[in-house]
Amino acid sequence: MHGRALANALRRATSSRAESSAPVLNRLWSRNQQTQAASDDSSLLEVDVVPYSTHRIDSPGTTVNTTKAELQQFFETMYRMRRMEIAADMMYKAKYIRGFCHLYDGQEAVLVGMEAALTFKDSIITSYRDHCTHLGRGGSVLEVMAELMGKANGATKGLGGSMHMYKVENHFYGGCGIVGAQVPLGAGLGFAHKYRKDGSVAITMYGDGAANQGQIFEAFNMAALWDLPVLFVCENNHYGMGTADYRGAKSAKYFTRGDYMPGIKIDGMDALAVKNGVAYAKEYAVANGPIILEMDTYRYHGHSMSDPGSTYRTRDEISSMRQLRDPIERIRSLLLNNELLDTAELKKIEKAIKKEVDSAVEEAKAGPLPKEEMLWKNIYKDTLGMHMRGRDSKTKIKLT
Amino acid sequence: MHNSGVIVFGEDVGFGGVFRCTLGLQEKFGRHRVFNTPISEQGIVGFAIGAAAQGLTPVAEIQFADYIHPAFDQFVNEAAKYRYRSGNSFNCGGMTVRAPYGAVGHGGHYHSQSPEAFYTHVPGLRVVVPSGPREAKGLLLASIQHPDPVVFFEAKMMYRTAVEEVPTGDYTIPVGQARLAREGGDVTIVAWGQMVAVAEQAAAVVQEQGGVSCEVIDLRTLLPWDRATVEASVSKTGRLIVVHEAPITSGFGAEIVAAISKRCFLRLESPPVRVCGYDTPFPLIYEPLYVPSTPRVVDAIHEAVKF
Repeated sequence: MHGRALANALRRATSSRAESSAPVLNRLWSRNQQTQAASDDSSLLEVDVVPYSTHRIDSPGTTVNTTKAELQQFFETMYRMRRMEIAADMMYKAKYIRGFCHLYDGQEAVLVGMEAALTFKDSIITSYRDHCTHLGRGGSVLEVMAELMGKANGATKGLGGSMHMYKVENHFYGGCGIVGAQVPLGAGLGFAHKYRKDGSVAITMYGDGAANQGQIFEAFNMAALWDLPVLFVCENNHYGMGTADYRGAKSAKYFTRGDYMPGIKIDGMDALAVKNGVAYAKEYAVANGPIILEMDTYRYHGHSMSDPGSTYRTRDEISSMRQLRDPIERIRSLLLNNELLDTAELKKIEKAIKKEVDSAVEEAKAGPLPKEEMLWKNIYKDTLGMHMRGRDSKTKIKLT
Repeated sequence: MHNSGVIVFGEDVGFGGVFRCTLGLQEKFGRHRVFNTPISEQGIVGFAIGAAAQGLTPVAEIQFADYIHPAFDQFVNEAAKYRYRSGNSFNCGGMTVRAPYGAVGHGGHYHSQSPEAFYTHVPGLRVVVPSGPREAKGLLLASIQHPDPVVFFEAKMMYRTAVEEVPTGDYTIPVGQARLAREGGDVTIVAWGQMVAVAEQAAAVVQEQGGVSCEVIDLRTLLPWDRATVEASVSKTGRLIVVHEAPITSGFGAEIVAAISKRCFLRLESPPVRVCGYDTPFPLIYEPLYVPSTPRVVDAIHEAVKF
């Protein structure tokens, strides 16, 4: 058992459980009677979140405003992400998905909370664990599932696969395959926002494993030197592949590792804490420059499909996380405890999403493969007059 | 052509750079467009890719090509594949990375190398090496405007030795097209950068010595390279010599020789030859022995003709 990691995880878990289950924490009120009468969905709800740890910056407030509509949307989006990743796992085992595949389940609150504080004009670049980022940026389960299966109706026309989803219209600059290599790109994305004075930020995501890459510090330095509006978001799921964070990092306080750059550690299993922290950080970054946000989170699956995820951590640790800190269950209890939705309504939502995911899987399976000519397209802007031989020597595939 | 999205950055470029290539740019275009970076090559190239993905046109400088290696991953895995792996959603075609390369007379191990061949192994990049000031201006403007990422190697020897009239106005030289630097009928010599001058000198020497007529091709772009021009020339002369400063093994000469041997096999009069740097670290005091010189190229021409 990894004493330190588990102890820390459970400490966090216990404290957060205590908070989310305390009925006095949440109180409903409406701005005026008319609004409440018109729509319960927009009635404001105050929720307390666990305190943030900070480095060179004041803490964001720990009381977060939300609404029934928002909580329901969080629940739906996270549940959709979860079902999609579980379906991906099954499709991988059934050999419909091959190659490299990194699942996000467990970490959903990070993306859902972040997107609630951002607009699609803010840009995002992330690592290879990017299926759910695509959903967060307005993509569909079908686009992701078809991409995983290498189909032409996928997010990247079947050419990128698991690690390379993109959504150009919503400024999602992609999943990048090399640990940490997207971080300097994020600094460049931030520069463009500043150069154009568009008031947006660049979200540059990386994991606790990537946090030990040298180029991260080059990017920190440049972004800080030039006051670029960048949120460096370290998703600390506590394992860099199979190595616990504290075994790979001299300091596992990732929010402090920008040294001169401020940082905030956020409960990455609580979408509301994330939303609040990211909104605060965005305002800071646009006015002042970069900031690090460490999201304390957890991945249920292994690093990739070849990693059962149980050789370097105990099953107890994983099940404790599921029981005590699960991001979906947290929102579910808020909805139930505040009588915003009842069990039957939640079941109905879950059923609809399961159906959506199931039909996306079937549609992806039936999707067309990309045309052979795509092999030589998009290497350069123009194709170079190349052609390839088909299976038999008489067939030549011409590039258009 | 004015493009307000062009930004220029690199180590010390704000005050002109170590080779004075960016002199006066900051005064003219402002600190927000021409600025110094920390000594962070990997970061510089990654930053350029990000800015280019947002639609800007970054022109980054790596102070010496010898220092480009920390950024190799950014070129190979991020820049070169961005368009392909995103199914044409994104690209960083606006990016041009300039780097002075090659011998300079006294540069030693870390200020003299020619790393161009590493980048010719990466589909998605364009590799451009100008052979003189006039060529450099036309090719650089074309590279900056080019929709693919370009690695632009400048022969640093020529910063101080080259003297040439350069047009003041806008002009471009197309990326991907070789230049016939000298017409001839007996031997084809292919070179790029500083070695074009060496090839031309050798061609003049053998012409004077005994009337051997050499055709010199300035390849200009190494990836993707202009096979057609080289093939046409070798089909005519039947003999091929490639000259480059980089070590011979796995240098770009090997690619040219292999491709042309296949295409011109029955028209060859002699085995294609490479005159290159040796397989040693770039030496300090032995530089004159290491760098292909006119006499070495002259010898290779005679060998080819007498074969």
